[in-house]
Amino acid sequence: MISAIVLVLAIWELVVLSGWRPEYVLPGPVAVLADLWNRLGEPEFYEALGVTMRRAITGFAIAVLVGLVVGAAVSRVRPLRAALGSLITGLQTMPSIAWFPLAILFFKLSESAILFVVVLGAAPSIANGLIAGVDYTPPILLRAGHILGLRRLALYRHVILPASLPSFLSGLKQGWAFAWRSLMAGELLVIIAHQASIGEQLDNARELSDSPGLLATMIVILVIGIVVDMCFGAADNALRRRWGLDQRVG
Amino acid sequence: MTAPIQELRPGRTDGHEPAVRLDAVSKVYGRELLALDQVALSVDRGEFVCLLGASGCGKSTLLNLVAGLDRPTAGEIDTGDARIAMMFQEPALFPWLTVSGNIELALRVTSSGKNTTKKERRARATELLEIVHLGGFGDKRPHELSGGMRQRVALARALAQEADVLLMDEPFGALDAMTRDLLHDELERIWRERELSVLFVTHNVREAVRLGDRVVLLSSRPGKVIEDFPVTLPRPRRTDSAEVAELASTITDRLRQEVLRHAKPATQPAAGAGIEK
Ligand SMILES: Nc1ncnc2c1ncn2[C@@H]1O[C@H](COP(=O)(O)OP(=O)(O)OP(=O)(O)O)[C@@H](O)[C@H]1O
Ligand SMILES: [Mg+2]
Repeated sequence: MISAIVLVLAIWELVVLSGWRPEYVLPGPVAVLADLWNRLGEPEFYEALGVTMRRAITGFAIAVLVGLVVGAAVSRVRPLRAALGSLITGLQTMPSIAWFPLAILFFKLSESAILFVVVLGAAPSIANGLIAGVDYTPPILLRAGHILGLRRLALYRHVILPASLPSFLSGLKQGWAFAWRSLMAGELLVIIAHQASIGEQLDNARELSDSPGLLATMIVILVIGIVVDMCFGAADNALRRRWGLDQRVG
Repeated sequence: MTAPIQELRPGRTDGHEPAVRLDAVSKVYGRELLALDQVALSVDRGEFVCLLGASGCGKSTLLNLVAGLDRPTAGEIDTGDARIAMMFQEPALFPWLTVSGNIELALRVTSSGKNTTKKERRARATELLEIVHLGGFGDKRPHELSGGMRQRVALARALAQEADVLLMDEPFGALDAMTRDLLHDELERIWRERELSVLFVTHNVREAVRLGDRVVLLSSRPGKVIEDFPVTLPRPRRTDSAEVAELASTITDRLRQEVLRHAKPATQPAAGAGIEK
């Protein structure tokens, strides 16, 4: 991890030293990290971070809810599966930025427009994770549940849902990645007056040609994305260890 | 009940409906794989029937049909209103539950378990684990146990169901001789106490003779009942006793004949062909 960071910083410094772009366009790591350090000391940064994270959490929570409901319905109801199954996968491949014109038409330049796109970006992955989990429930466990006398909802609750947990978790992880991307696209496009956010800071930095600020903000976006992803990874690992699904051999 | 006495198994029916009755049951997989061909078999109430046959002859298929997990292609299976428990060839434990949790889930679904508290179920699960000699393993996860231990958990789970009919598919295959002997005794005791009807699949002829009231031989491809040995030795029997060994060797000879018949290169492909040559 640390060696990876050092490597990236070194390559970055080398590119700067090579003079590929003038230093006021592409500053070196030292200048950018100093700028980042300054930002971390300002209350405005935390205000912006708060707004962005609030949107991320709200959007992701709604997406989980929508994904769960749609996923459960599609995995259980055959006609729905036929109608929506491939649509959901199609939605997953749709670049979220393509939704923004429509979202802005619906909701004007408001937070709702951003959330709309975040949910549309994340929910299909989450629903698909659940559907795949249900589909790949080991048949022997279904049979065991059947023998125990579990039927329909009880079978769903005691066997199918728990069995699909690992797949659902990877759906959540992927959903988060989509949510975070959509959110950043949204904050760049839908600038709401008097509402600071990470995306808005990025846009500001570009307008002011503040390259260290721009790069510093990008690092913030990257780090948040990585940290949340690592949380999902840790949850996934813990689950695998508990269930004895560990893939590592030797 | 005004059902007429059915002489399906002469000398064995005593006026009651058997617990499990298979009538000319056939099972075809895919287009042409005839796994079971016109199988007739019945298990009386309180009877212990062992099923022997070469690998791939359709034993698991037969149990699945009796359990209602699969439908026969032809024929009829009657289990009345009996509650059926089954031990699969693999343990089939739920990996997200602890060992005790697996058993508690089974307890919870039984009719008598519906109104029990979590604590009562927990206590009952502990008892059942002690019966299969796994006291103290309740909090482990299935993957932390050995293969034989998992099978024993599966046995405890099947017992937890308080069923009338117990189907067991090679339940003790992965156990050492000592542990197996202990579990034979436990199983025999519980079978008696609860007046269970048991259909028990095994590859171990002595085990079949040790436990069964009858030992039924299945032929391979297609699976057909070829012989039905009554075991009249007094209980409790010992796996290593001379009487058990003697009957086991008779049955083994018959089984060997059957396996050899199949090993020959030019055998008739099944349908309707006579068994004896
Ligand atoms: N789901 C299935 N689809 C197709 N063929 C099957 C299926 N299940 C079993 N068979 C075939 O049916 C035959 C009987 O299989 P079965 O599992 O009942 O054998 P078995 O007697 O239990 O063998 P073993 O002692 O090895 O467990 C085999 O030839 C097998 O290939
Ligand atoms: Mg089998």
